[in-house]
Parts: sequence; C-alpha cells; structure tokens
Amino acid sequence: MALLEVSALSKRFGGVQAVSSVSLQVQQGMIKAIIGPNGAGKTTLFNMISGFVPPDAGAIRFEGEAIQGSPPHRVAARGLSRTFQHIRLFAHMTALENVMVGRHLRSRTGFLEGMVRLPWTRREDEEVRERSLELMDFLGIAGLAEAEATSLAYGQQRAVELARALASEPRMVLLDEPAAGLNMRETTELAKLITRIRQRGVTVLLVEHDMSLVMRISDEVAVLSYGEKIADADPRSVQRDEQVIRVYLGEEEC
Amino acid sequence: MLGELLLQYLVAGLTYGTIYAVVGMGFNIIYNATGIINFAQGEFVMLGGMTAVSLHQVLPLPLAILGAVAVTMAIGALIEMAFIRWLAAPSVLRMIIITIGVSIVVREAALLVWGQQVRALPYFTGNEVTSISMGGARVSPQVLWAVGTTALMVALVTAFFRWASWGRQMRACASNRVAASLCGLPTRNLVTLAFVLSAGMGALAGCVVSPITYTQYGIGTGLAIKGFTVAILGGLGNSLASVAAGLVFGILESFSVSVLPTAYKDVVTIAVLLAILFVRPSGLFGAREASRP
Amino acid sequence: MRSARWFQVALFMAAAVAVELAAVYAGKAFLLTQLTMSAYYTLVVIGLSLLMGYAGQISIGHAGFFAIGGYAAAALTTWDLSGRRGGWLVSALGAAGALVSRPDLYGGTVLVVRPWVAFGVAVLLALVIAFAVGIPVLRLKGHYLAMATLGIGTIVYSIALGTGALGAADGISGVPPFPLLGGLQVGGAASIRVANYYIAFGLLALGMLLLLNLVNSRVGRALRAIHGAEEAASAMGVDTARFKLQTFVLSAVLAAVAGVFLTHFNGGVGPSEASIMKSVKYVAIVAVGGMGSLWGTLTTSLVLNFLSLRGYFGTFDDAVFGLILIAVMLFAPSGILALSFRRSLEPVLGRLRTAPKPATREGEAGDPDSMPYRLEEKPSEDGR
Repeated sequence: MALLEVSALSKRFGGVQAVSSVSLQVQQGMIKAIIGPNGAGKTTLFNMISGFVPPDAGAIRFEGEAIQGSPPHRVAARGLSRTFQHIRLFAHMTALENVMVGRHLRSRTGFLEGMVRLPWTRREDEEVRERSLELMDFLGIAGLAEAEATSLAYGQQRAVELARALASEPRMVLLDEPAAGLNMRETTELAKLITRIRQRGVTVLLVEHDMSLVMRISDEVAVLSYGEKIADADPRSVQRDEQVIRVYLGEEEC
Repeated sequence: MLGELLLQYLVAGLTYGTIYAVVGMGFNIIYNATGIINFAQGEFVMLGGMTAVSLHQVLPLPLAILGAVAVTMAIGALIEMAFIRWLAAPSVLRMIIITIGVSIVVREAALLVWGQQVRALPYFTGNEVTSISMGGARVSPQVLWAVGTTALMVALVTAFFRWASWGRQMRACASNRVAASLCGLPTRNLVTLAFVLSAGMGALAGCVVSPITYTQYGIGTGLAIKGFTVAILGGLGNSLASVAAGLVFGILESFSVSVLPTAYKDVVTIAVLLAILFVRPSGLFGAREASRP
Repeated sequence: MRSARWFQVALFMAAAVAVELAAVYAGKAFLLTQLTMSAYYTLVVIGLSLLMGYAGQISIGHAGFFAIGGYAAAALTTWDLSGRRGGWLVSALGAAGALVSRPDLYGGTVLVVRPWVAFGVAVLLALVIAFAVGIPVLRLKGHYLAMATLGIGTIVYSIALGTGALGAADGISGVPPFPLLGGLQVGGAASIRVANYYIAFGLLALGMLLLLNLVNSRVGRALRAIHGAEEAASAMGVDTARFKLQTFVLSAVLAAVAGVFLTHFNGGVGPSEASIMKSVKYVAIVAVGGMGSLWGTLTTSLVLNFLSLRGYFGTFDDAVFGLILIAVMLFAPSGILALSFRRSLEPVLGRLRTAPKPATREGEAGDPDSMPYRLEEKPSEDGR
C-alpha cells in the first residue's frame, strides 16, 4: 500500500480547471517530484493534499486513511508536513522558535498549564527546545538558532523552514519549490539535505522547476500540464517522453 | 385603525431607511474605490445637517443646504488627503482603526462647535403638522422630500458610474487599481473623488431628514454601524443593493419598536448585523469574502 | 528565562510600592484611588494586548466583557431576594450558603448573593458568553471582525442602558465591598485605600505573571505563529481557530474579573463602562503600547488611564484618544514603543517601492481562496 494515494483529484477555480482528475502514488521511503510548466496545477495539487483547498472530486489517502477535505492542522496531525513556495517563516521569532513551533504536535501544554507553568510543562519545553536544536544541527544550521528568522539569508531561511517541517516527526513531507530563489551552491546543499531527510525515513514529495535537482535526487517524477498528469515514471524515462518534451518546448528541461 | 398604524410605521421606516440607504451607498462607493470601510461615513450625515442649520441662520434654506453639502464634501476630501492618501499598502484593519479615530475626532469637533444641543432644519414645505393624506395615513411632505431626494441621488450616482467619464474611471480604479494607474488614470484623485461623492451624498441626506429626525453631534456613530449593516446586507460593494437593503432595514427597525421596548431597538438592529455576518456575510446579493472556509 | 520574568514582576511591585509611599508621603493619598482604578483598567488592556498582539484579532467591544463582569457582580450583590424567600431557587441558594443578609443604605436588611459567589457567576457568565460569541465571530476577518465585536459591545451597552433592573442610565449603585481573605476588602472607603491599592496592583501583577508565562510557553509560540503566518501555523498542526477562541475567552475573563473588582471598589457600575468609546480607548492604548508587548502596554495603560481619570485631558478626553489612535495607526502601527526610525518612514518609503516583496507574500496570485487583492495588495507583515 502506498503511503500517499491520490485518486482522480480535481479542482476548478471559476472558469479554470486547475487540476483535472490527477492520480498518483507515493511509496514509503521514496523521493518523488512533480514537475510541469507554470500554471500546470502543481501547487493547487499540493494545497489539496495538505488541506488548504478542498478538492471538487477525488480522494486522498494517507496511510490508508482518507484525508481529503481535512483542515491543514488535521492533515499535519496525521503525519504529513509541508513547506511553502514563498517562505513563510514566523516573523518576530527566532529561527529556533520557528522550529519549536514545528514541534507543536509533539507537545501538550495548553492555556492553563502555560499560565501556571507546572513542572511537567517546563520539562516539556526543555525537551522541545533540545529536539529542535538537534534537528537544526542535523540540517547544519544550529548556529542560526538565536537569529531572527526573517533576517537570515534566503538559503538559510529555507533550511529553517525545512527544520520546522521536520520537527513534528512527520512520515512524509511536501516541499513546495524548495529550490526557488537558491543559487547553484545552495541547491546542491539542498539536494544533500533532502537525501539525508529520506535517510531518516521521511518520504518526500516535492514540486520543483529546477530540473537538475529533480533529476538528480528523485526516484520518480510525475509531470503535470494544464491540470492533467501526462507522465509518471523514473527520471530518465520522463526525460525522454515525447509529450513531456513537447510541453516544455522552448524551455530548458535539463 | 391598525392599517393606519402600520402605515405610519412603514412611513417612519422609509424615512430612516433612506438615510441608511444613502450611508450604505456611501460605504460602498468608498469601499469599491479603496477597499476601506470608512467608519466616518455617519459623520458626513451629521455634518451636513449641522452645517446647514448654522448656515441657515444667514442664508436662505436652499443655499444653506448647498453650502452644507459643499462644506462636507470639502471635509471629506480633506480627510482622504490627510489620512488615507499617503499610506502605502495599509492593511484593512489599520484603515478601519484610523477611520474610527477620524470619526471620533470629527464628532468631538462637532461637539465643540455646536454643543450637545439637538438641532433641526425647518421643514422644506409646510411645518411639522402639515400632512398629506396618502392611502389613509398622514404623511408629512418632508418624507416625500426625503424619499424623492434619495431616489434622485441614487439615480444620478448610478448614471454617473455608468456613463460619465469620471464615473467609469472610478470603476476601473475600483476593479484593478494597478492596471488603472498603468493606463494613466489619476487613481489618487479618483479616490478623493470617491470620498467627496460619499460625503456629499451623506450631507444631502442629512439635510433632508433633519426636520424629522433631528440632528445632533453624536448621531454619526449609530449611523455608521447601521450603514455598514445595510451595506453588508446588500452585499459589500453593491451600491444599488444597499439602497434596497437600507429601506428594508429601516422598515424592519421601525416595526421592531412595536414589538420590543424602544430601548432595545439597537439590540435588534445589531443582532441583524451579526446574523448577516455569521450566516451570510456575502449579503443578499454579493460575493463571498467575509469569512474563511 | 523564568527568573527574568519573576524579576520583572518583582521590579514592577517594587515600583508600585515606591509610588504608594511617595503619594502618601507627599500628602496626596487621594491619587491612590485613580491609580487603583487605572490598575483595574490595565488588567483589561493586557488581556486585550494578548488578543490583538499575539493572536492578531481585533476586538472593539471588550468594554462589553468588563461590563458583564461588573453588572453581574453589582446586580447579584444588590438585588434583594428577601421577597422570594419561599421560592425554590432562593431556598436552594440559601441552603448552599450562597446568600447573605446585610444592611442596605436605608437602614433595612437585604438578602443578597455573597460577593464571592457573585464573582464566580460573573466570571462564568463572561466565559460562556465569550465562547458563544467567539465561535462565530472569530471566523470573520479584518473589518468584519472589527464590526462584529463593535456590535457586540454595543449590544451589551444597549442592554445595560435600556434595562430597568440594571438601573438603566443610572446603573447600579450601593454595591457592597467584596471581602477577600483575612479581613482584606475590595471597597472604596478611604480607610482601606492603601490596602485596595495593593490589592489592585497585586491582581495586576498576578495577571502579568500568568500572561508572561503563557506567552513564553508552547501556547505563546503558537499564537505568535498564528499572527506571523497563519497558514504556515496551521500546516504545523496548530488548531488556529481553537487557539484564537481560547485567547478571546481568556481576555474576556480578565476583563470581567477587572469589572467585578472595580465595581466593588467604586461601589457601583454604569452603562458608560460598556460604551464604544471605552472599547476604543482600550484599543488605542494597546496600539500605543505596542501590540504584543505586555510591559509596554501595561505602562502605557497605567499612564494614560491615570491621566484620563485625573481629568488631565478635560473635555477633550475622547478626542485625545481618537487622535492617539489615528497617530499611532498612521505612523507606528506596531506601537510607539516598538517604533523605529525606519518604520516611521514606512508610509513614505512604501510609495517608492513598486512591487511587493515576494518573501512576504501570502496566498498565491491564482488562488481565489486567499485574501482578495484590493488596492492594498497584501497587508504588510507588521500592519496588523
């Protein structure tokens, strides 16, 4: 059984059919990429999977359970985390605090406990802090912990966002154009990071434009065009697919 | 007897309804041009009435009213230029707080100038006991003035937006400001025009109902809330619908007095506002946008 | 980290003591009365600051909750139930020890609810109403939320003003003192003025401590996350609706507690405590003090409320707060105490910028479910 199963998902916005009966599967432990020209419906697909946009039709199953139509925080609670195309770090908070929010689902302190600060609350806070630092260390950004998140360099912000997404110990993480705005060196670093994430047992589904990154790290690649899936196979086969080449005519594919 | 009573309520409702309709329309004009809810809208009505009363002491009535409308329009322009114009990409929330602040300042200034006294313009034709017999009930000619003036204003404004060059430019500006300014439209001045128009309408309405409803420095706030309710009821952004909504609302309010003690009149009207916001913020005719899914 | 908080609160109490001693020493003990009142209003304000600054929700109706607390306490401790002794409710309450007989102003005896019980009821009432109202209201955004809260405050005001049993325009007077523990009483008599000053500031300090703890906890982080980037917070598993509601309820309860205490201190309550102007004042103070800065808001509130109560602004009191509101929103929307030179130039700088910065954009251009783009593109990150 695939970890994530999308069946015949569709979404229409006014006059535009953004996603048209798209089905795909992501197996446990895999890195899968979704590519396609601008406007192909990739981010809408992501938004449906992560619960931000309700689909018009179709089903989404995660670990066998239906999650279509669930609100984002419930989807996250199931073990599906995500990052955003335009980095959305929490302003006026340090990088570490951002990652600590990522651990929200792994902690329990509520309003009353938070006000009174019982001993177990303090212990929990310590634990959240330690684990978050650990995670930042794993991604090589432990040194940025006390910096104000939005003041960091773009590439560093990406890494913080990644750490935040991983802090809840998700089974799967959705990366929305993680390489956007990164230079070549930063992209190589990112590729390494994503592979290390997979080594930790987290399945990765990413949307990307950067072909070199996609071809380098993905196990499978799905191609969307005008809301429809036109290819879904290993990177080499997709590269040679005629329809895919046609769709990218005029753009660099590799 | 009962029929006559009902008719009286209806007439009262219509009278107040015309003010609400005009305030609601004023809200929509500014909202369409700027995306802002101008909480000071109610103050324009108040200023129109009060200024006219003062001017009437030295000018004949028609000129006093004209003068009051002109003064209020100028104030509307001033408000826009002083507080709205030079803000870049402000959030909706920030703007509404600013306009609340502006409405307070205007109200307090009015208190300073005119005191707490309740004032009223004289009846345009006849006096408070003159009445015309309509369908068995006594209707003051002032009511006809109110309804007539409002109808005329609505017609003129609608025509303005549809056919006048400036009106069309304002619609373009409302629809897509960036594109409009790229096309060379003087968007900043068009926004000022929106304020001027709303202020003028409010002022005229304030003058025309003043003999019946009286005017006082503090009436603006309540009108703003009700005007907003009306604008929402019709669907925010839909000027014509707010006119219909205004009349309906005025009548509703009027009839509620017959059921509940007058003191709770506001409770009813606000309950209506809340009901709309919770259940159907898009109003009767508008597009959804008030709440998150 | 924790010790820093305790230290801050201790410093605050020390300052309060210093002020009290100075006032008494200078022979101006009467100033303590206005300071006490300011402290209670400040309790409302810091709760509102949590709601506006951390959860990012505006409420222009918070005076309503203050009034709910105040009126509930006032009504229950002044309504004479002796005429209903035979009724089942009164007997049950009496048996439960919830009632007390006391002399009234005219030499007679009345049977009323005990102040502690009235306090409990008042807080519970505010809690329930805040929940009931908060659930639908917090789903609204921007100006709809502002108007809805304004409407709710006005409903409370209208009910207070229009109900005979609540004293209509005159409000309720003759509210007895509220006996706390060990002989301490919340009341307005000159003899217990100093004690009441410390009760008020003690309560305020306690409130600050609880809120400071909250803000530095998981909840505080979640709230700041919601305020910073709500969708991202949601994606991290934060149940944004629930958190906003709980914050709203907490701030309402704080306001109600302040209402109860101040009503006992003043010996009465009137509809003006629920007025729109009062609510607007609270918002203005939070705006000046810096939304999200608890100590900043506390200081601003104490100062402004004190000046206002002393009549420093004269008849222009309302106008002053209106102007404050405008000035802060125009020049320093993050609050004056968070003012930086660059931020104050923001309105001017903003005009020179041609395109919005991509890093702060929320919602995609093609996504109709994100906030509609009107002339103002996206609200800037600190333009709350």
